Amino acid sequence: MRRGWRLWAAALSVYAFLYLPLAVVVVYSFNDSRLNAEWIGFTLRWYEVLLHDREMLLAAGNSLFIALVSSLAATLLGTMAGMAMHRYRIRMLAFMVLTPVAMPEILLGVSLLLFFIQVLNLTLGMLSIVLAHITFSIGFVAVIVRARLAGVEESLFEAARDCGASQWQTFRHITLPLILPAVVAGGLMAFTLSIDDFVITFFTAGVGVQTLPLRIYSMIKIAVTPEVNAVSTLLMLLTLTLIVLASRFAPDALKGKA
Amino acid sequence: MAMLEIKNVTRRFGDFSAVENVSLSIESGEFFTLLGPSGCGKTTILRMLAGFDLPDAGQILLDGKDMVDTPPEKRPVRTVFQNYALFPHMTVAQNVAFPLKMARIPAAVQRKQLQEALEQVHLTDKAAAYPHELSGGQKQRVALARGLVSRPRLLLLDEPLGALDAKLREEMQVDLINLQRDVGITFVFVTHAQVEALALSHRIAVMRAGKVEQVDEPSRLYSAPCNRFVADFIGHINLLDASVLQAAHGHHVHLDIAGLGEVLAPPHVGLASGGKGYFAIRPEQVRIGVHEEVRELKNHFSATVQQFLYRGDVTVYKVRLDNGMVLEALLPNAAPGRARLFEVGDTVSVGWRHDAGVFLVA
Repeated sequence: MRRGWRLWAAALSVYAFLYLPLAVVVVYSFNDSRLNAEWIGFTLRWYEVLLHDREMLLAAGNSLFIALVSSLAATLLGTMAGMAMHRYRIRMLAFMVLTPVAMPEILLGVSLLLFFIQVLNLTLGMLSIVLAHITFSIGFVAVIVRARLAGVEESLFEAARDCGASQWQTFRHITLPLILPAVVAGGLMAFTLSIDDFVITFFTAGVGVQTLPLRIYSMIKIAVTPEVNAVSTLLMLLTLTLIVLASRFAPDALKGKA
Repeated sequence: MAMLEIKNVTRRFGDFSAVENVSLSIESGEFFTLLGPSGCGKTTILRMLAGFDLPDAGQILLDGKDMVDTPPEKRPVRTVFQNYALFPHMTVAQNVAFPLKMARIPAAVQRKQLQEALEQVHLTDKAAAYPHELSGGQKQRVALARGLVSRPRLLLLDEPLGALDAKLREEMQVDLINLQRDVGITFVFVTHAQVEALALSHRIAVMRAGKVEQVDEPSRLYSAPCNRFVADFIGHINLLDASVLQAAHGHHVHLDIAGLGEVLAPPHVGLASGGKGYFAIRPEQVRIGVHEEVRELKNHFSATVQQFLYRGDVTVYKVRLDNGMVLEALLPNAAPGRARLFEVGDTVSVGWRHDAGVFLVA
């Protein structure tokens, strides 16, 4: 273990680099000062301010609604896509499902914006945001579901048919219970991705609807207020909880095993 | 008419003929085995019987009805998979009852049939266990119970004993024989293990490269293989180059074994004088001893002990004949304490009865 301390030091500095900024946000959300300059004392004042900020609450409500609807839809479609990718092994299919995952967000945002306005002739708003979020979430769900399916023995499906189960009964009694953890994990991932998405939402939101990340962005254009710290802390907490939950449900898929 | 008729079935994968014009008929209540090396097409036939694969040509008739258009779930056929394929999220009872549930059998009847099936495989006390809590042998029995619970016309078994260790495998063989006799369901068993096939089956079809080489009862297959492949695949056998001197001469044929001389062999239809082939004789049919013990046999020769393997119940001697061929002979160790009678380099006599062995046309 003589080399140990160097490794530890390197690891710790990397983690510090990653997590210190987040820690600063959390700490200052409890700081009893208007400015993010020096520590004055502990307070929950900024959280109280949040609770009375009507615009913030509206944005949070929008975000939750969008995340809920888009993650449900993405879970359904992504599960179907994952199953299709597993069953048909067509390279093109995997490519098409997974491209939005790898595509730079800004590109996706711009192209969705053009698509909604010029092709669909859609008024930007809640619907366009939900559609956009579904688009980029499907791939994540599909990957997780496919990873899980890859770990399921093919003979189980044959055994089910052999026992007299129709295709639908096989799905209902065998496939679904076996991939359910991955489906739930995928859904939670989709929810997480949706609730803190900024770039794509920025392009597809139009003027009428504000989500939490958009609201935070418009607030820090003026100054990083303690209220922003507070809402960021809450968002962080929610995201972390969802990610932990997701990894509980699909440890294989998220650890890249399977 | 046989219960199951496989008629001129062919299955190709690209250029490769997995099954080539195979016809078999299997009787009701039979324990029928498809035996052959891996890649011989036996599993492909099984998959076509189950409905997971379809023949490119030919018919599969069950009780006179062509099954080709019937999907797997509609066939009165169950499979015991090689890796058991138990549903990991279901208990033993749920696994076994699954076919009953799919068939929408009334709950009370389900319970009764489930109970019966679990009793048949001695797993009543494991009903609430999950597959991952079971040993290999127990998983095997669950798979059997699931296959038998809904009384199929046909039970297909795909190398079901392959994953078990030797001792357990022998126990399961006995269990399988008893089970099949008790339930009276037709079994089609696939294996590459000839010992297993001989022990279990009523009849065996030996397959090679997509074709059936011979269909016979185990004892016929062992004692009268129809060609070199079957002779060599089933058990151990000595093969000596030979030609026919005199095709029919009373109760035996006269053969000439290259460099050794004339031997007598049992008669065989369709032999012509001058025909070339092999004389095949099982090691246990070859007597080995000092000259006086062997000389009363019609066929006897002198030889040198080259090697022996002590196996406990028997000792296998490899002896070199005067023509340079090596012959295997088994000597049972019936008398206590006699592990070996001869040493390497000893001159011995070997011989066999005139009705032992068989001539195989090349």
